[in-house]
Amino acid sequence: MSLYYVQKLLFQLNRDPSVRRRYDENVENLLADYELTEEERRAIREPDIGLLYVMGVNGQLLMHYAAMRGFEWNAYIDAMREGERKYGPVRVGLYTRADQRP
Amino acid sequence: MSLVFAAVCSHAPGITGRRERADPALRDAFYASYERLRLALEASKPDVLVVVGAEHFANFFMNNMPAICVGMAEHYEGPIEDEAWLAIKHTRVPGAPGLSMRLIQEVMNDIDLAYAQEWKFDHGIMVPLSFLTPRYDLPVIPVNINCQGPPLIPLKRCYQFGRALRRACDLAPERIAVIGTGGISHWPCTPDSGKINERWDREFLDHFLNNRRGPLLAYDDEATWRDAGQGGFEIRTFIAIAGAVEKCAGELWYYAPIPIFAVGCTIAVMNVHPNY
Repeated sequence: MSLYYVQKLLFQLNRDPSVRRRYDENVENLLADYELTEEERRAIREPDIGLLYVMGVNGQLLMHYAAMRGFEWNAYIDAMREGERKYGPVRVGLYTRADQRP
Repeated sequence: MSLVFAAVCSHAPGITGRRERADPALRDAFYASYERLRLALEASKPDVLVVVGAEHFANFFMNNMPAICVGMAEHYEGPIEDEAWLAIKHTRVPGAPGLSMRLIQEVMNDIDLAYAQEWKFDHGIMVPLSFLTPRYDLPVIPVNINCQGPPLIPLKRCYQFGRALRRACDLAPERIAVIGTGGISHWPCTPDSGKINERWDREFLDHFLNNRRGPLLAYDDEATWRDAGQGGFEIRTFIAIAGAVEKCAGELWYYAPIPIFAVGCTIAVMNVHPNY
């Protein structure tokens, strides 16, 4: 489970201009610094906002990453909905649906 | 007695960032209430504004997340968000590090706190400040309560924090205003963004405005998550204010669900002394 590191990358990307520069210059080089699965790297790279949402990425991080990658508000909301349709319910964390909680 | 003003208000980023997409009648009435709040805050002649907010991974991450943190910086900067996205210009806000030190030291008699001499404001503080201190000239002391997700500080500890903050304020010679800012029910950053449980909000606000400690502290996080969304965890900021004005009632100046703002937009002012 490397969701923590997906979120850490998005946190640092939003917070630290030097991380943002590295992202712009060579995203693969930056991704290599974090313990990520191939699915996670792909979701960040594309970006697949819906998949990141389904993985359980906190919205206060994902919202900024979506905006940074050019998703306007409705497109961002739609991307999360599409993620649920394509990949199923949120896998872990705050956004699991009430009827899917153990 | 140096606490001179207490209030709560909403802070959702859509309030400024998506203003043109809201129902004009609702939006303008909400903005007018913010303006009324600004005038009331100014009339209280505060030296410092303490903002009890719910940070959103602007400064703290899950590698070292404080339950409660108080700023102790000379100045703060914000917003961390894109200026165009939030529709708030990046700016610098003065702090009050000497008073921060005294408040923190006193509060720590009752509640363990973290402190931070470096802190960037996100929408949770910048949206209220953009309405309430639009020249950003009133020194601010930020307080962050982790409302993002479990493990969360229990509500009774938020109330105790508010009480301790009040005692600390009353020991200080400065005139201090305090604003709590958070959402009530809301599901921000999810496909359910815009969903608002107005009935839940109004019940919570009734308890808050009458400062009913028992019912306020009886809210259960699992039930809040189910009925008020993960954003409902931000009631911690309201409950801290209730503790700061224990036994005092308040007045609701505005409440209306504004879905594009993703929250039941709220402005309420609390009495700071029971006999008022």
